[in-house]
Amino acid sequence: MTVTPLGIPRRLLEFTLDGQETRVPEGSTILDACRAAGKDIPTLCEGDTLRPKNACRVCVVEVEGSRTLVPACSRKAEPGMEVRTDTERARHSRKIVLELLASSVDLSTTPRGAEWLKEYEAKPDRFGPDAARLNEEPKVDNELYVRDYDKCILCYKCVDACGDQWQNTFAISVAGRGFDARIAVEHDAPLTDSACVYCGNCIEVCPTGALSFKSEFDMRAAGTWDESKQTETTTVCAYCGVGCNLTLHVQDNEIVKVTSPHDNPVTHGNLCIKGRFGYQHVQNRG
Amino acid sequence: MDLHFGDSKPTDEERAAVDALLGPPESSWEGADRSDTDLRWARGGRAARDRRDLLLPGLHAINDRVGWISDGALDYLCRRLTVPPAEAYGVATFYAMFSVKPRPATVLHVCTDLACAAAGAPELCAGIEERLGLGSGVSVERSPCLGLCERAPAALAVKAGDPVRTAVSAPATVEEAVLAASAPDSAPEEPPAALAVPQAGQDGLMLLHRVGVVDPASLDDYRAHGGYTALRRAFELGPAGVIREVTDSGLVGRGGAAFPTGRKWQATASQPDRPHYLVCNADESEPGTFKDRVLMEGDPYALIEAMTIAGYATGAHRGYLYLRGEYPRSLHRLEHAIAQARARGLLGDDVLGQGYAFDIEIRRGAGAYICGEETALFNSIEGYRGEPRSKPPFPVEKGLFGKPTVENNVETLVNVLPILTMGAPAYAAIGTQRSTGPKLFCVSGTVERPGVYELPFGATLGELLALAGVRDGLRAVLLGGAAGGFVRADELDIPLTFEGTREAGTTLGSGVVMAFDDTVPLPRLLLRIAEFFRDESCGQCVPCRVGTVRQEEALHRIVERTGAAAAGDIALLREVGRAMRDASICGLGQTAWNAVESAIDRLGAYE
Ligand code: SF4
Ligand code: SF4
Ligand code: SF4
Ligand code: FES
Ligand code: FES
Repeated sequence: MTVTPLGIPRRLLEFTLDGQETRVPEGSTILDACRAAGKDIPTLCEGDTLRPKNACRVCVVEVEGSRTLVPACSRKAEPGMEVRTDTERARHSRKIVLELLASSVDLSTTPRGAEWLKEYEAKPDRFGPDAARLNEEPKVDNELYVRDYDKCILCYKCVDACGDQWQNTFAISVAGRGFDARIAVEHDAPLTDSACVYCGNCIEVCPTGALSFKSEFDMRAAGTWDESKQTETTTVCAYCGVGCNLTLHVQDNEIVKVTSPHDNPVTHGNLCIKGRFGYQHVQNRG
Repeated sequence: MDLHFGDSKPTDEERAAVDALLGPPESSWEGADRSDTDLRWARGGRAARDRRDLLLPGLHAINDRVGWISDGALDYLCRRLTVPPAEAYGVATFYAMFSVKPRPATVLHVCTDLACAAAGAPELCAGIEERLGLGSGVSVERSPCLGLCERAPAALAVKAGDPVRTAVSAPATVEEAVLAASAPDSAPEEPPAALAVPQAGQDGLMLLHRVGVVDPASLDDYRAHGGYTALRRAFELGPAGVIREVTDSGLVGRGGAAFPTGRKWQATASQPDRPHYLVCNADESEPGTFKDRVLMEGDPYALIEAMTIAGYATGAHRGYLYLRGEYPRSLHRLEHAIAQARARGLLGDDVLGQGYAFDIEIRRGAGAYICGEETALFNSIEGYRGEPRSKPPFPVEKGLFGKPTVENNVETLVNVLPILTMGAPAYAAIGTQRSTGPKLFCVSGTVERPGVYELPFGATLGELLALAGVRDGLRAVLLGGAAGGFVRADELDIPLTFEGTREAGTTLGSGVVMAFDDTVPLPRLLLRIAEFFRDESCGQCVPCRVGTVRQEEALHRIVERTGAAAAGDIALLREVGRAMRDASICGLGQTAWNAVESAIDRLGAYE
């Protein structure tokens, strides 16, 4: 169930979406309108609980009168706008962006990644065998989670979640620039020497699996990770009085990771270290 | 916000560098020794957060004193400013002039960009490295354009210490560059700015007329040559009157985007939100551009007067002058000029006794081309990574510190002086109907007299090149810099106006005119352009971050190929280029493919 807080009623505005007159509440993005109309626009850096960063550019659409394409995830719909979502021009940019990404990072654990590559007929191999890749080794420096930046598309979601949008810990940021830009903690130190408080909210928002539970990482390495065998149970965290919702992912009667429902109006998917990682006692069968 | 500062400590030197900028720390919360009162007092909250914009000056202070930025120094600065260390690390690693790894106190930046490459930069670098050898105490770094293209090849030495010492060598020889690096104090003085202006002293110049004529260090001399008459006129007209004059003059921005200046001023002036800010973009980093440097070095008070007028018209009381980090002489001249103007009541609480308060603060960039993009520049001043913001909202509404901001580059602002002294109609009569007034051009490459030229809009490319003494065997001209486009040697009748170049399928950009004769290897040049954009991409958006890399790779593959052997990669370049133009966030990614594309289409670069 999606809980939508009731605010002041918003006025509707009218614009054209792929030739169709469309009405959306004021303040909606083009992407909101597309989704309401049942159109499937690929998105990677857009996050349901975060302000759009519009960095990945896979969601671009054509807006009449605009010199360049426009990111649907962040551009607000305006009255009278004429938007086309599926033109050759927009599809071309999406295809190239997907190719560029897939040629430089590992999208194998990106949900819907493979599907979109296929839909847009992206051929990441055509940049040749020598195309520069990130080639990062996974950083395994603590028992709770692993940073595998070889899968990082630099969507900034983890930075925003750790920073002023949710956690206010500011333990990670983007360092370097251009192709050498990387997510890093201060002085590029191990996580254990950083300001990280292990709330795992960055893992919650990461769209590619670059950040993952150590349990998931180890099981994938061992070949035992199998989502089809997992059940998800949403319950209430019992540690403190806040009462956050936890979703336990269980495989073979073991909790393998913990997420949190994004549509919870109190926590929006955020947890603290105890709720996110403190589940071993549950399965202490000693 | 519960910040974690780690336990690495600054050295005394590093601490002194930071304290010299911020004053001594008041309590142990800021890194001082613990006192009794500290136990009963906590620092933080909103008041502390306000100092974030001192992050970039703080990084400069450390880098200037020590030559690089250690963990301890960065943490101490963060403690003083209440900035999260991870974010400060992200900022420090964004700029090319900073290093977070130990390096020698002296860095010699040797330009390997277009004009310098054509003038022998590769040999110069090799020679310098051979002469210096290992363990010389000098770190030689290959640099993008240093804005000294009229004296290519160029080198800039920066020796950390208190104070930091700099020396420029251009045109550089191995001996001179090594001398500049090893003994910056005894290196020969740079030639005066006027030497970059072949027309200096000629009649009829409007923007350059004082360069080489006035003493750039003397406010009296500036006034004796017509200085501050425009500001007096501005006070007579009132803010609305000034905006009307600027609008009627038809002045459009000279930075490349060609937006009407009067409209921008009007839009900012009318915003109800306060305060308003003025930002002067003096971060000219487009390869081949050096006109702003020459103006700032040769006639610094003109810029200060023009900024005061712009601030007055748009209701700003504070102006930020964002200056390229690679311009030490401009920095000194402007610092001196601002101090003089302040001492004489031409800046400060009551400018010229008119009850208008205005002051200017200089902010130094630190080696990032992208910071010339207006919103990236705001982020840079505010102490964030110099990444462009997405628009809308536009700066006139939400600019620096989220407030209405007008941003103009140096040349645009300096044009306001003649507009006010001669009046809008007389100004608008110069040039063509849609490109009014005079224009500065930076001519470099294979010409006899490289330098800054001033011509009324409408002169042709051929006329400009004739003035500069074009040599035989001209093969191509790059217009507008790396983000611009090439034209052929038989297209010299292109009129140098915004509309004329647009009609010819090219651009005036920032006024770069770089000539290349047939000895210059074109594919290498294109590779250098691709390298430049790859290095300068901020990395925020995918089409630019990865696209520039894929383009450089493709150009590497075909550097010695033509015809069918290159066709596949050229098709690939086009496909990637099209997406970069369409889907990148900012102008850097959108224009990064222009010059190479024009070389393929107009010059037949790989045929
Ligand atoms: S680690 Fe994940 S969330 Fe963070 S930038 Fe990379 S892909 Fe995005
Ligand atoms: S996740 Fe943390 S904050 Fe939320 S209820 Fe559990 S212990 Fe409390
Ligand atoms: S186009 Fe390039 S420079 Fe501009 S925002 Fe994107 S990555 Fe950064
Ligand atoms: S989803 Fe819109 S730009 Fe990434
Ligand atoms: S200074 Fe070397 S190209 Fe401009």
